[in-house]
Amino acid sequence: MIGYILRRIVSAILVLFVTSSLVFALFLFGPSDPSQALCNVNRCTDAKRAQIHQSLGLDQPFLSQYGDWLKGLFVGREISFGPGFHIDCNAPCLGVSYITKEEVTPYLMSRFPATLSIALAGFMYLALGVAIGAFAARRRGTTVDRSLVASTLVLSSIPFYIFALMSYLYIVLKWGILPDTTYVPLTENPLTWAGHMMLPWAVLAAWNCVTYARFGRGSMIDSLGEDYVRTARAKGLGEASIVVKHALRSAIVPVITIFGIDIATLLAGTIFAEKIFNIQGIGLTALAALTTGDLPVISATVIIAAGFIVVANLVVDLLYSVLDPRVRLV
Amino acid sequence: MTVTESATSPSSSAGDEPFLVVEDLSVRFPTADGLVQAVTDLSYEVELGKTLGIVGESGSGKSVSSMSVMGLHDNKRAQSSGSIRVDGDEIIGISESRMRKIRGNRVAMIFQDPLSALHPFYRVGRQIAEAYLTHHSDATRREARAKAIDMLDRVGIPQPDHRVDDFPHQFSGGMRQRAMIAMALVNDPRLLIADEPTTALDVTVQAQILDLLQDLQRDFGSAIVFITHDLGVIAEVADEILVMYAGRGVERGSCKEILTHPEMPYTWGLMSSIPDVTGDTSARLHPIPGTPPSMLAPPTGCSFHPRCTFTDHVPGDLCVTQIPDLRPGGRGLGHLKRCHIEDVDAVYESEVKSDLAWEES
Repeated sequence: MIGYILRRIVSAILVLFVTSSLVFALFLFGPSDPSQALCNVNRCTDAKRAQIHQSLGLDQPFLSQYGDWLKGLFVGREISFGPGFHIDCNAPCLGVSYITKEEVTPYLMSRFPATLSIALAGFMYLALGVAIGAFAARRRGTTVDRSLVASTLVLSSIPFYIFALMSYLYIVLKWGILPDTTYVPLTENPLTWAGHMMLPWAVLAAWNCVTYARFGRGSMIDSLGEDYVRTARAKGLGEASIVVKHALRSAIVPVITIFGIDIATLLAGTIFAEKIFNIQGIGLTALAALTTGDLPVISATVIIAAGFIVVANLVVDLLYSVLDPRVRLV
Repeated sequence: MTVTESATSPSSSAGDEPFLVVEDLSVRFPTADGLVQAVTDLSYEVELGKTLGIVGESGSGKSVSSMSVMGLHDNKRAQSSGSIRVDGDEIIGISESRMRKIRGNRVAMIFQDPLSALHPFYRVGRQIAEAYLTHHSDATRREARAKAIDMLDRVGIPQPDHRVDDFPHQFSGGMRQRAMIAMALVNDPRLLIADEPTTALDVTVQAQILDLLQDLQRDFGSAIVFITHDLGVIAEVADEILVMYAGRGVERGSCKEILTHPEMPYTWGLMSSIPDVTGDTSARLHPIPGTPPSMLAPPTGCSFHPRCTFTDHVPGDLCVTQIPDLRPGGRGLGHLKRCHIEDVDAVYESEVKSDLAWEES
């Protein structure tokens, strides 16, 4: 188990290394010139561009630049935007924004709690979906089951951004049921934090839970038909105990697996949610950087997203071995 | 009317009635394709300390009828009629909460495939303890665990105090079935239903499990309903045999009587399908021609007639038009058969017996 975790951590580091190398290569060899964001479009001369290239070291060979970048990641480095304009970028340095001239790492870290808060919705839709699925599976073939399945189909056929936008417009702006959704740090006031997160959570949970309701229903129908559920019944156990301890216990495992694969979807969902609900998280930062061509910020968000997915997958795999004792992590 | 030859039943709390009485049991499942008549007018009795073997092909209603005894059919999906009395208590139409007290307690069941019948995520001991705690609400977890270890020891699991914390996948097939038996017997049931308990096991383990069940029956004095399609297994364990075909009992009697003087062509067919290891290796087996009938539309008359090769012994088209009654055969001795052939024992002696590879020696 410990050996497995160590090996997974090593492989996670490798994944991040490869991702960051690819991002770095895209940065340099991609379609846009890194200096574009620093050079005013109307007054950009070749001389000025050459000067920017020289001060940022963009005229150096690829490997030397990559070496600098890696050095910044581990010990920090100095980034120069021209004569007399140097910025100390502390380790782990992911660069300095071309637009705000701020260090990227602390800037993104300050944005991270907001994104993480939204991502909590993941647990909500997982739990909600499984609960609805199990409820429907128990009533398989009845009107309740059919209407639940039908409504999940209807809900999932509405595009997420329309669903989120309409919810925001009606629930916050028109009816004022929930407070506006700007991010309030958890440390400042947990109640306000939760209150302001309510709508993003509800919207993400409602829209995403339908997928898990359908997976959960199928998985639950399978496990309710298993021989060991019949054994549980033959022991004389109560219905609640049969459904929860015996059927649901095994039905959640495949759903958790899908959840692990689906973490990237959650991340994409938070970008939409940040945009629509105006929450200053990593997703919104990435979107803004994309429009201004702020390459250091873009590449840093990609690496952070990759890190999030790698960690989440590791957690899900470890959880899997806890849930299913037959899974040996070797 | 009981077919048991011994007059003395060990103990029976509900008057003179055997511990388990099934009378005219019919089970039907309404499906989208029509009504499936899984069991029709089935009757049998089992006394404490005795073993009834139920034999038949897949789909003959063996399992469905025993699930009825456990009250395991979903009342929304199954229509049951007739009467099942366990120790005098009527099971048909009983409330779920009352059935729950009987199930796993006075009546327990072991299933065919112990790997799928045990929950893969819970430790073996915990699953046995759970069965105990369900019916002993005043027992502590520690007591239940001790009981589980005790039962594992009783069914012959080595080092039960260690193996109690194993998961089912860490057990071998035979050990899993032993654990299943331990789980079924943890509440000292007076009736044990064994649904093909040895089918998924290899032959040597099969023999061990059969021995174990017989030992335990001697100690616990319980009644056993043993369901199988293997006549060899039946010959070993059963006091009485009930042969089922297409949801009906077609022959019933003491084990020896049925195996030596079968009086129903379907039973003959079952016997001819058994190979003889000591006999001529070039001898051919005689499988029963055709396949079991669809229970959506059972054949008219005797349900075995489309596969029966002896219909020419019956005058007219009786086999096609009329269901034969389950009535005493020519030899008496509580031997019941459902066949139109008049002198069925003579037909057996002259036409069938010589063909049997497997024969009383």
